[in-house]
Amino acid sequence: MALVDEHAPHAVGHADDHHELGFWEKYVFSQDHKVIGIQYAFTSLLFLFFGFTLMMFMRWQLAFPGRPLPILGKIFGQTFAPGGIMLPELYNQLGAMHGTIMVFLGIVPLAVGAFGNYLVPLQIGAPDMAFPKLNMASYWTYFIGGVLMLGSFFAPGGAASSGWTSYPPLSNLAGAGQTVWLFGMLALIISSLLGSTNFIVTIVQLRAPGLTWMRLPFFVWAQFVTSFLLLLAFPALQAAAVLQMMDRIFGTSFFLPSGLVVSGQVLEVSGGGSPLLWQHLFWFLAHPEVYVLILPAFGIIAEVIANNTRKPLWGYKSMVYSISFLGFMSFIVWAHHMFMTGMGTVMSTFFQTTTMIISIPSVVVLTALIISLWGGSIRFNTPMLFALAFLPMFAIGGLTGLPLGLAPTDIHLHDTYYVIGHFHYVVAPGTIFAMFAGIYYWFPKLTGRKMSELLGKLHFWSSFLFINGVFMPMFIQGLAGVSRRLYDGGMAYSHAQDVLHWNKVMSMSAWGLALAQLPFIINLFWSMAKGKKVGDNYWDATTLEWAATTSPPLAHGNFAEIPTVVRGPYDYSLPGAPVDFVPQHRG
Amino acid sequence: MEIPYTSETRPDTGLYNAKLGIWLFLASEVMLFGALFSSYILLRTGAPVWPHGRDLGLNVPLATLNTMILIGSSVTILLSWVSLRLHDVKKFRLYMGLTLLCSLGFLVIKYFEYMEKIHHGHLPSFNTFFAIYFTLTGLHGLHVIGGMVVNGYLWGPGLKLWHKDPQRFTNRVEVAGLYWHFVDLVWIFLFPTLYLL
Amino acid sequence: MSQTHDVETIRKETKTYIKVFLSLAVLTVLTVAVSYFHMPPVAAIGVALLIASFKASLVAGFFMHLSHEKKLIYWILLLTVAFFLVLLVWPSLNMWNQRDL
Repeated sequence: MALVDEHAPHAVGHADDHHELGFWEKYVFSQDHKVIGIQYAFTSLLFLFFGFTLMMFMRWQLAFPGRPLPILGKIFGQTFAPGGIMLPELYNQLGAMHGTIMVFLGIVPLAVGAFGNYLVPLQIGAPDMAFPKLNMASYWTYFIGGVLMLGSFFAPGGAASSGWTSYPPLSNLAGAGQTVWLFGMLALIISSLLGSTNFIVTIVQLRAPGLTWMRLPFFVWAQFVTSFLLLLAFPALQAAAVLQMMDRIFGTSFFLPSGLVVSGQVLEVSGGGSPLLWQHLFWFLAHPEVYVLILPAFGIIAEVIANNTRKPLWGYKSMVYSISFLGFMSFIVWAHHMFMTGMGTVMSTFFQTTTMIISIPSVVVLTALIISLWGGSIRFNTPMLFALAFLPMFAIGGLTGLPLGLAPTDIHLHDTYYVIGHFHYVVAPGTIFAMFAGIYYWFPKLTGRKMSELLGKLHFWSSFLFINGVFMPMFIQGLAGVSRRLYDGGMAYSHAQDVLHWNKVMSMSAWGLALAQLPFIINLFWSMAKGKKVGDNYWDATTLEWAATTSPPLAHGNFAEIPTVVRGPYDYSLPGAPVDFVPQHRG
Repeated sequence: MEIPYTSETRPDTGLYNAKLGIWLFLASEVMLFGALFSSYILLRTGAPVWPHGRDLGLNVPLATLNTMILIGSSVTILLSWVSLRLHDVKKFRLYMGLTLLCSLGFLVIKYFEYMEKIHHGHLPSFNTFFAIYFTLTGLHGLHVIGGMVVNGYLWGPGLKLWHKDPQRFTNRVEVAGLYWHFVDLVWIFLFPTLYLL
Repeated sequence: MSQTHDVETIRKETKTYIKVFLSLAVLTVLTVAVSYFHMPPVAAIGVALLIASFKASLVAGFFMHLSHEKKLIYWILLLTVAFFLVLLVWPSLNMWNQRDL
């Protein structure tokens, strides 16, 4: 598969001495943003698949608590699954690692590392990222973090098992897997910090001539705001990780209060620490993190919708101001994850207010995207189907967040399945659908071939059906009061009995959802080798990555000649134009 | 193709890439040390009693000397950059060398401080004060070491770039200097917080 | 690069750096001296922070050339300082407002 165009003429004005790159420099330790983007894509997709597999094991336990796992029961060993029956300790490991892997090793590397890295330089008319070596370092640091996280399963006592949120004192006292988790997080955070610096400098400094801020594709704006969130929020979790490392390795008591009794005995530590300190530091990152999860998705959906309605985005400026405001607000809402910690009314009022305010920009963006459909000449190809489905799915996710953001209702819903339903709707039929849309959409640019529409539509409809089957019942269970992180799915609680049957529905849907990915995987690999070859601008798009580069783009410097931009990003159906799109650099 | 604005500044922003990059990195470092200072405030205000550094045996005169050494090294790295702008490579090496010497001195003094505490049994696990003391100064020390690695590279093997692209090398020294000043800045707040209050 | 290679200007700059260094040294001695005065905690913290902030502004303004840096850098730092203050203060405020469980 040709992912870079080797045979194109060298770029004009080439000053570097040009030597043939060896295999390792070209494909492994590459400094080319396109190669790095693809590395991120494959690695993150593998992690997404792995994280999904962990959940499928969990869903067996939830549907059939205490029953041996068929066929695969032996892989967990006798320590954690004697006779193939999952112990609670194993369930907790799977739960904590599912969350960690999906968020930090799956979605963010795919949304930012893969899509961002590959597309941002192309969309702004740049030969590469501002710091190619740093880009390479970002990927390999991420890789190391991934290896550590996977390796943690083999630590004595197994992987981290205190939730992806790792609340102390439980996480402080947990087995070695938690320490590996902390080191893994350290590597991942460093990777993100290097990457976000690179993105911001690239977008500020390397825009092509004529590419003013308000002519940027919305995708680039989304990546820009996302990078600021990563840059300024991640250090708080880094600090927390360092503090917990000190607690676990050097015996400090940053998170251990005085007089803590564990298994009937007072803990021999200096005490004086605060478990709430961890929560503040963790959520200071983790709230902006959820916007990191959704903003690139907004970016992708905007591109796909503009292109497949053959008209400009409605409310581009509002969308830009909205996500900028959203980015800022995301730093002052974090304690809405902590309403149940005994918070006083002053603080609670503050955070409820900011949380309600932050819902506004999301609604503006969603509304603008929906209105963008009005009067459009809609092409219902696979990327567009995913993009269209994103809209109501994200709406459900967003709306179900409202009762969680208001303390009085949060009292009943906190730590129930309602929360799990809420955030999964935003991330799964939300962000992941946007990722699929992006893969189908940009596949022709990366490979010069198209993916099969038949397999694509099969993938879409079956995924759409099953994903709702997995997550919709969670609201029902949550409203009934079923707590999250229960290894028996609520079986031991009387208030859960009437809604227990939904566990089977959700588990069957999850396994169905897994099967539904088969057409996608087949499509992806088959099309790379044997897909129908297509031209440089398969979708007749206006943005620079489509209109000013080959498919795939040139190996060295992307552009034969750096384009000069003369118009906005979405001049579709321009009155008086000969065809229904005018590329950004065409006069 | 060359990445634009690695040496020259971009007209509308007035910056070259690495300068914007280092300020962004420093912004993230402000948040990192900010989180740790925030933890200090939370733990101290939540504690029924909080000792004075002096009463716990912290050596204030020695730490004051260390503060002077670090501030001095900030000046020397600045002078090394000035020397490059005057195309005086010998002076650059002198001042950068002095910077490295000062950094080493800082670390040596810190080493003696740590050893003294450890011998007294004042380990991080002793109480929350020492926990945050070792964490804050330890992380700061790691940043000093990191800076020394970069500065050492510029003083040594990295000097090759001066002959190929003097402007780019001068920019690298400026950027390394900015990082180093930040390390100094953190200490300016750390010193009174831990030793004097 | 707005820097000049004009020798006279650079000489003036260097003089400024030395002056700033001496000011920093004096302020360091001052902050140590003041700490021996046994002020009430709030006053002690206030004075120490004031002196430290002033020292920091000298380092930032003169050594890091922030006093004549580009607008973009100012905006990034302003944003950072805003979030820094939130991170510094809010968790403790939260604990202060905490209910007694």
